[in-house]
Amino acid sequence: MSYRNPPTPPRKSATFDDASLAEIRRAAETGIYDIRGGGTKRKVPHFDDLLFLGASMSRYPLEGYRERCDTSVTLGTRFAKKPIQLKIPVTIAGMSFGALSGNAKEALGRGATLAGTSTTTGDGGMTDEERGHSDTLVYQYLPSRYGMNPKDLRRADAIEIVIGQGAKPGGGGMLLGQKISDRVAEMRTLPKGIDQRSACRHPDWTGPDDLEIKILELREITDWEKPIYIKVGGARPYYDTALAVKAGADVVVLDGMQGGTAATQDVFIEHVGQPILACIRPAVQALQDLGMHRKVQLIVSGGIRTGADVAKALALGADAVAIGTAALVAIGDNDPQWEAEYNKLGSTAGAYDDWHEGMDPAGITTQDPALAARLDPVRAGRRLANYLKVMTLEAQTIARACGHNHLHNLEPEDICALTIEAAAMARVPLAGTAWIPGQAAF
Amino acid sequence: MPEFDLASAPLRDLNQALHAIEPGTNDLAFDIRNPRGSHAVAVGCDAPLTVNVHGSVGYYCGGMNAQAAITVRGSAGPGVAENMMSGTVIVEGDASQYAGATGRGGLLVIKGNASSRCGISMKGIDIVVAGNVGHMSAFMAQSGNLVVLGDAGEALGDSIYEAKLFVRGKVKSLGADCEEKEMRPEHVALLENLLERAGMTDARPSEFRRYGSARKLYNFSIDNVDAY
Amino acid sequence: MCGIVGLFLKDPALEPNLGALLSEMLVSMTDRGPDSAGIALYTQPVQGRAKLTLQSATPDRDFATLEDQFGEVAGGDLHVTVKDTHAVLSVASDRVEAVREAALGLDTVRVLAAGETIEIYKEVGLPREVVERFDIKRMAGTHGIGHTRMATESAVTTLGAHPFSTGADQCLVHNGSLSNHNNLRRVLKQAGMRFETENDSEVAAAYLTRSMAGGRDLGEALTAALDDLDGFFTFVVGTRNGFGVLRDPIACKPAVMAETSQYVAFGSEYRALVGLPDIDNARVWEPEPASVYFWDRSATAGKAMAA
Repeated sequence: MSYRNPPTPPRKSATFDDASLAEIRRAAETGIYDIRGGGTKRKVPHFDDLLFLGASMSRYPLEGYRERCDTSVTLGTRFAKKPIQLKIPVTIAGMSFGALSGNAKEALGRGATLAGTSTTTGDGGMTDEERGHSDTLVYQYLPSRYGMNPKDLRRADAIEIVIGQGAKPGGGGMLLGQKISDRVAEMRTLPKGIDQRSACRHPDWTGPDDLEIKILELREITDWEKPIYIKVGGARPYYDTALAVKAGADVVVLDGMQGGTAATQDVFIEHVGQPILACIRPAVQALQDLGMHRKVQLIVSGGIRTGADVAKALALGADAVAIGTAALVAIGDNDPQWEAEYNKLGSTAGAYDDWHEGMDPAGITTQDPALAARLDPVRAGRRLANYLKVMTLEAQTIARACGHNHLHNLEPEDICALTIEAAAMARVPLAGTAWIPGQAAF
Repeated sequence: MPEFDLASAPLRDLNQALHAIEPGTNDLAFDIRNPRGSHAVAVGCDAPLTVNVHGSVGYYCGGMNAQAAITVRGSAGPGVAENMMSGTVIVEGDASQYAGATGRGGLLVIKGNASSRCGISMKGIDIVVAGNVGHMSAFMAQSGNLVVLGDAGEALGDSIYEAKLFVRGKVKSLGADCEEKEMRPEHVALLENLLERAGMTDARPSEFRRYGSARKLYNFSIDNVDAY
Repeated sequence: MCGIVGLFLKDPALEPNLGALLSEMLVSMTDRGPDSAGIALYTQPVQGRAKLTLQSATPDRDFATLEDQFGEVAGGDLHVTVKDTHAVLSVASDRVEAVREAALGLDTVRVLAAGETIEIYKEVGLPREVVERFDIKRMAGTHGIGHTRMATESAVTTLGAHPFSTGADQCLVHNGSLSNHNNLRRVLKQAGMRFETENDSEVAAAYLTRSMAGGRDLGEALTAALDDLDGFFTFVVGTRNGFGVLRDPIACKPAVMAETSQYVAFGSEYRALVGLPDIDNARVWEPEPASVYFWDRSATAGKAMAA
């Protein structure tokens, strides 16, 4: 007598899912970690889990259009002789020329200027084009110091010292295949075509006590004119913010794990650094504990997509937000019009992230002149400006509904949470209850 | 000849004056007294000045220097001449860590010893050290020349790109992807010129060895994984 | 993150000025550490005597009854000097352990130091304020170390300030940031050590104490620390007869030393040393990474042990 095992439907493992299996096979084949661009693709607690309460019997809304809801923000009031005035609390985050094409940088500059906000240089230094097209330009000061020089420091409107970013707090290492074009190689003083190595610490200081002295030097070189920002990833937001204040920052920039990068190891993006939602309240608390809230401004980034995200970030205590990924999408990144080409690259619109290979069909994350020519900087700049204006209008709509005449008057009490995690992270009550989980410690 | 006594004048006044040079002026020589370890002395100069610092300085003296000739008659703290663009910085005593860090041009001369990470991430600066340099010197050095008449510490030239290193004394150990290289006539000439510019004429190029990139880290190979 | 200073006097003529010199060094490092400050001073030994430094946040209440509380344990021989939130108890040498044990049992009083000559003072506030509160400038002694703190990952409290005691007449100050202190703390707790704070430096101090209690001398304990501690550190350890200095192998945190015929000094920056006598003619150098340095009164020359 033989025993026949009755057939059962095949069942895949949640732990060893298709993506995990594919990655194991890829690693076995190539012997190198996976490198890609973007921020975390995993679903993590985010602003979508928060809701505004709006107007009601006790809270009266403002009329749209006729009753003012101000959106302006001033950055760098603590020490700088020339603080920055922005019309809207949405800035463009640091992205390098080298990661982006010249046309893309120009588009960002044009769009930001039309909307009355700033752009930020990245790990390649400042180009004349960007300085020319962007009315307000923040100059990043990075561990690599590629292209760093005092003339650019002096013609910048602010200086952003980068300690880390949300995609890779503490990151460094080999960046495979981020092919260096001739112009990029020259700007960075590197041989052409090599795989980039990345330093994770600044070359001439380590620690907030020495950072304080470095900030003194930068202020002395620029005659104390420029606001100095300190940018950190989502690591220890309470202490990082406190130390940034103690080191002498004018502005703290906090980037959550949703924040994108041009290229880094996938393990970094997905497993190091916290979601932005978990970072904002601790950072704001550090500022409040030091009596510095609104005196040292807080900019948050990582997954900002709509005016609702902007309003929520501000309600939790931020002074402004920065967008990176969203700005690129606005100017044409991952657009479905290139679907056939994404398919040829083994991807699809919305999923393409191999930016370091320099073959971006949208002409944004590439140095290839033919591809880059596909992006019309003037048209793309208008698209970005449109998008920024929509975000601002959306945020104003929400703020008016909550009874506010300035976006900065949004407060945590305007918000409730749909999930326990979001309630705990944002320190707002779970909808329908008065319960804020985890209030005992930060 | 402007003179600043840092025991009584604020640092801001000094650097402000150094930045406010009228074109065509003859007042190009500055004397700085009593620095007593102050930080950010004579930073961001951008004129053919002569700056004499009488005493020892703290961090970042001569930071981002362009065109000026700065002499420290004492020792220098961390980051002397960091990101220098052009001009010269001479330290008569010792220099602390990160001397000449990320420097893009100009000449840094250290008559005493330099500490760890001398020439880290250098991008075109020339550095000549009469004494020794400490560990991790010329780390990720991209371009420029580092000349050491004394000894070098551990991990010299780790992850070096195209900078050239010349060491007369002993090298405790070489860093990842750094190897000894052949001294050809063009290197001898280069070294001779550097020694002359630094005023170190009793050292001869033949006494030096050249070190530079093995270039194995330029393109990834799994076999080099230990170096990553 | 912080500023550290240390001063070891070779010339007895400078001993009356120890407090004044060390105070000036400490105050010069204020920018590096505005949160709290502390100083350990080694005073002249008195034959047959030892002392303890106690701290209380409620000194009026706790220090009023010290003679009653410890008189018996001290064998009726107890002298108390109160300075602000601290009190120094002078006892017979053979009673110091017993008094220390008794003091450990108190809820609101902390033992900051015990030994023949050491006194430790530390508080929240700027260095200038701390040295004022405890009248440090008028103190005399043979050597001392000091610390100004910028708290990194733990709270700003009195107990979080350095120096941390590591044993009789021994203490530690730290500039840097350890990364495996939480695991180490758990191991040391299991071995019976007590912790007051979440501070990484306290863990380093406890590690050294335990290491030496297990039979190693300070040099051996510091050498072992290079393997067992992970992170960035410059340590200055005060001992009965001098001080020790250790930098981690990466050596990013600064350290400057100066020596003349009259003293050996340590500072996080050269600025800390500029007020010292004849500093312009001193030998000034930086300690090598991963090497233990000692200065000991029983030998006049310093010795360095490469680890």
